[in-house]
Amino acid sequence: MKRFVSAGVLALMAATSMTAVSALAETKVGMITTLSGGGSHLGIDVRDGFMLAIEQSKSDVEVIIRDDARKPELAKSLANEMLQKEKVDILTGIIWSNLAMAVIPEVVRDGTIYLSPNAGPSALAGKLCNENYFNVAWQNNNLHEAMGAYMKKEGLKAPFIIAPNYPAGVDALTGFKSYYGDVEGELFTKLGQTDYAAEIAQIKASKADSVFFFLPGGMGISFMKQYGGAEVGLPVFGPAFSFDEVILGAVGDAAIGVKNTSQWAHDMDNAANVAFVKSFKEKYGRTPTLYASQGFDTANLMLSALAKAAPSDAEAFRAALKAAEFESVRGAFKFGSNNHPIQNIYIREVVAGADGKPTNKLAGIAIENLQDAYASECKM
Amino acid sequence: MSIALVLEQLLNGVQLGVMLFTMASGLTLVFGVMGLINLSHGSLYMMGAFICAYVAGITGSFWVGLLAGALGAGVMGAIIELVVIRRLYDRDHLDQVLATFALILIFSEGTSWIFGASPLWLDMPDLLGGSVSLPGGVTYPLYRLMIILVGILIAIGLYLLISRTRIGMRIRAGENDREMIGALGVNISALYTFVFAVGAVLAGLAGSLLGVLQSVQVGMGEPMLILAFVVIVIGGIGSIKGALVGALLVGVVDTMGRIFLPSLFSLILDNADATSVGSALASMLIYLLMAVVLAVKPKGLFPANA
Repeated sequence: MKRFVSAGVLALMAATSMTAVSALAETKVGMITTLSGGGSHLGIDVRDGFMLAIEQSKSDVEVIIRDDARKPELAKSLANEMLQKEKVDILTGIIWSNLAMAVIPEVVRDGTIYLSPNAGPSALAGKLCNENYFNVAWQNNNLHEAMGAYMKKEGLKAPFIIAPNYPAGVDALTGFKSYYGDVEGELFTKLGQTDYAAEIAQIKASKADSVFFFLPGGMGISFMKQYGGAEVGLPVFGPAFSFDEVILGAVGDAAIGVKNTSQWAHDMDNAANVAFVKSFKEKYGRTPTLYASQGFDTANLMLSALAKAAPSDAEAFRAALKAAEFESVRGAFKFGSNNHPIQNIYIREVVAGADGKPTNKLAGIAIENLQDAYASECKM
Repeated sequence: MSIALVLEQLLNGVQLGVMLFTMASGLTLVFGVMGLINLSHGSLYMMGAFICAYVAGITGSFWVGLLAGALGAGVMGAIIELVVIRRLYDRDHLDQVLATFALILIFSEGTSWIFGASPLWLDMPDLLGGSVSLPGGVTYPLYRLMIILVGILIAIGLYLLISRTRIGMRIRAGENDREMIGALGVNISALYTFVFAVGAVLAGLAGSLLGVLQSVQVGMGEPMLILAFVVIVIGGIGSIKGALVGALLVGVVDTMGRIFLPSLFSLILDNADATSVGSALASMLIYLLMAVVLAVKPKGLFPANA
């Protein structure tokens, strides 16, 4: 029996190494991401991280990139275009969960592989999970769960929590509360809102002792600038999305000392990450954000699977993705039963960097081997 | 719910209101005098913010940037009036909407071509950072207070311009009877260019002032434009007074709704549901307000040609 298996494995390896070259050459990848407007730096970093990995692999996978401008209807028509006209084998790139919900369920039901480099709405991890959908970033709740646990441990008594009113915002506050418990106050804002005067006034009037906010992209910058001007004086906490390197660059010293949670940090000490951060800085002249690391990991996961099987052999390709045999820049990485990562979530602190500008520094671990709360609802 | 919170939200509402008025007054003047629907007004707002951020970045002075933003938008407004808008006065509204929508696309693409797709940042002048204490236990950001002040000055300035000057007289005459004032020998094309440029200066000023609080990015004008249209529909199209009342109404209702609706719903629903239902309803509130106003007064609160 054992001989049979090993012979089978050998035969498979021989077969896959032969198909590998052709699989790489013929594969077409469609990337729909946000490259303009207030959410653009997220998509730009995902794209740049992804393309860096493709370039380093020297593979000739064809990547078609389109800008969705954070508009669900545009993302949907782009997805149709990619599938019908361009006939892509793999889709990836969507940043925002409301766009993800508009595009992904239909696409994966019809048999296309989707690799998520960012959005991880709870529905896709639970009831709507699909064997063709792989999340390479996190389930939406994860970083917020970790911050809820951290703030509870740090003895903060009455946090005020804020998120935009869209699937990821709802997941964020659900995740936070599931690990923290009851909060002093919570607010949903409009997605893409630019003025937070009303919310900040309410924070000031409440009895809160701290503020937790999930406001990615330009929203986080607007909030932090206005929060500083209003002299509220309460400490702020958030997921890495509220304190990425671009936001820190715009907010400046006001963010120094702030703690945030992330599955990755640019000063993480593993060989893959050191090489990634160095080559990213060389190529693009800026420090990568977590979005860039997710784009890089997504591409490397895809390349690792393409080396084993062609997307046309769906069964084998899915198995190769699920095995996740690639060097993730975040260290250990594996998929749970619902194709979402099981991974460590870390605490980062904003400090003054070598050049005097604020930057994130790894400060410890918040939760080890965190798996999302929806895996049990997934029947796959 | 403390008095201080209500007062502070009222100030926030007024602050949003005066900025909306600054946007809407140009829009309503252009419609009232020239009968033109100008969708590209939001692009002039965006151009003001971009020019302000760019010039402030070079010179290091916000005030120089502010001046450049307002004047730059004005010059740009005059240019598009001369080149494009002028040809639209005799066309029907659908042609005007199409042409000015095309201008939005041109401005947006052009801006991201020149400045890139990533947002620009405008730093607050040091002089206006921080907060001040007001009576009633309110501490309020100094910068927002300055915006309210500027808005009030603009409202007074516009009132004086329209009711006390020769050019204002012509604008009022133009609103009442466009053909007659041409027949009386007034240089109507110069008047139109002037009115359009004034609207553009105000839009650019609003963009520069708000750019400090937010991020300066492509597409920032359209949400403001939609609100400004709501304002002039509520106030009565073509009426400056209507624009002022409508803007303050929209500003206060929107700000108050965002905060007090979720608390109101939490009396009958549990917290999480109240938050989501309240926020959803709050974002619709100004449109409900518009529907109610139009049901009672179909031509808006202060119809211009009543």
